Amino acid sequence: MSEKKSCCPPKTAPENPAACCPPPKAADAVAEKTACCPPPSLRERPGYRLWSFVSGWMNTEVGEIPQVRTKLDWGDRVGRWQMRWGLGRMRYRIAPGLYAVGRPDPQSPVLVTANYKMSFDALRCELKGRHLWILVLETQGINVWCAAGKGTFGTDELVRRIRATGLERLVSHRRLILPQLGAVGVAAHEVRKQSGFQVIYGPVRAADLPALLNGGEKAVTLGMRRVEFPLGERLALTPVELVSMGKITLWAVLILLVLAGIGPGIFSFSAAFSRGTTAVAVYLVGVFAGAVLTPLLLPWLPWRAFSAKGALVGAGLALVILIASSGVGLFNTLALILSLAAVSSYCAMNFTGSTTFTSPSGVEKEMRRAIPLQAGALLLAGIFWLGSGF
Amino acid sequence: MKKMRYLDNVVTLRLDEATCIGCGMCPRVCPHGVLELFDGKARIVERDLCMECGACARNCQVEALSVKAGVGCASAIIHSWLTGEEPSCDCGGSSC
Ligand code: SF4
Ligand code: SF4
Repeated sequence: MSEKKSCCPPKTAPENPAACCPPPKAADAVAEKTACCPPPSLRERPGYRLWSFVSGWMNTEVGEIPQVRTKLDWGDRVGRWQMRWGLGRMRYRIAPGLYAVGRPDPQSPVLVTANYKMSFDALRCELKGRHLWILVLETQGINVWCAAGKGTFGTDELVRRIRATGLERLVSHRRLILPQLGAVGVAAHEVRKQSGFQVIYGPVRAADLPALLNGGEKAVTLGMRRVEFPLGERLALTPVELVSMGKITLWAVLILLVLAGIGPGIFSFSAAFSRGTTAVAVYLVGVFAGAVLTPLLLPWLPWRAFSAKGALVGAGLALVILIASSGVGLFNTLALILSLAAVSSYCAMNFTGSTTFTSPSGVEKEMRRAIPLQAGALLLAGIFWLGSGF
Repeated sequence: MKKMRYLDNVVTLRLDEATCIGCGMCPRVCPHGVLELFDGKARIVERDLCMECGACARNCQVEALSVKAGVGCASAIIHSWLTGEEPSCDCGGSSC
């Protein structure tokens, strides 16, 4: 049974004549056709794993180049989901260098991207039925946008990678297509000076690449060059935001539980539990208001500053809770409003780093004003809350 | 949906029109339509939409543009306040 299914013989029976692997001499011709056993020049090496997106290999002037699939498989999707939730985000990188889509030739276009697998996936799944080269830069597994900001997706790395891969021998033209956001790190005129390659900035989103590939640079509309920040994208960023709050959350929970126990009897475990869990719940609601609700409601909230938007959402949520509950006393009411507003405001302010329209100068200005207010509100809330314990 | 705006009058973007040779690169690389070309010269048309990414300045071959580029993420800025280093962040996101 199993012999029929797996055509390669187990290692213990290499001489089994029934196995479909022909003896080494006749191997070449048959193995090509049936492809039932990997060719002897096995790409398997101990400890190395071949990505499932590699469908074959191309022999070129500059060595063998992996051909990649233009469809995402299950593993790719699971990986994307993991990235969304910030699980092992930093390590999702592929090897830098040259990749082939279809069967490109020396005239085929060259696309440049980062070695963050999600960027690479987004790119290759827009390239169905095309023949071109992809030059992947080493950005330590970070996407183009952020890597360009850090300078890893930059002029130096691009020029270095062109030389290292022998791109000038592989293609006869001298044009590279970069995602527009790469312009943050790459200076087109410098690349030309240093490598002879002309940089063409394509659209921001990989989904718009076909327009450029079909119609040339003129087909790239202004809209394709603009960064928007639609609901879907805002939603996609919130999980990472939540996970990144995890560590602070642990500390906050611990401190709240200890503080909750303080009362007339110096310390009470039952109070620590009952009041503490309430406080933790309030804190979590605050995080939710600032890191999830505020980003979602962003365009509809008044004011420009994120901290103000967050405070509003937090305070609003506090009012809803107060109306729903039946009287918690003046101290607790004030504590609830202040703490929710402060926590939500802080989390919302943190979201500025995930957006695509906030300037660092603006964020810094906002923070200088907001952090003292947040700290003050939190302190007051703490005093009111502790006061209500007596 | 209207374009989202951030704080007014904080941006550090500067354009020296005398130096500009009108190559047309900066309007192309700007992701927010801050710059436009008029009569062979670049012009800042929507200053407050600038996110200080620095793409325009980096790709201007005559250095007519300048901007204090950086990352706009709060935790990175707090870190830089505390340590005195330049802000940098480990951002994720799906833009590519
Ligand atoms: S810094 Fe970025 S957003 Fe601002 S004008 Fe230049 S390219 Fe546009
Ligand atoms: S990139 Fe520089 S030279 Fe070219 S249009 Fe812009 S400012 Fe002028």
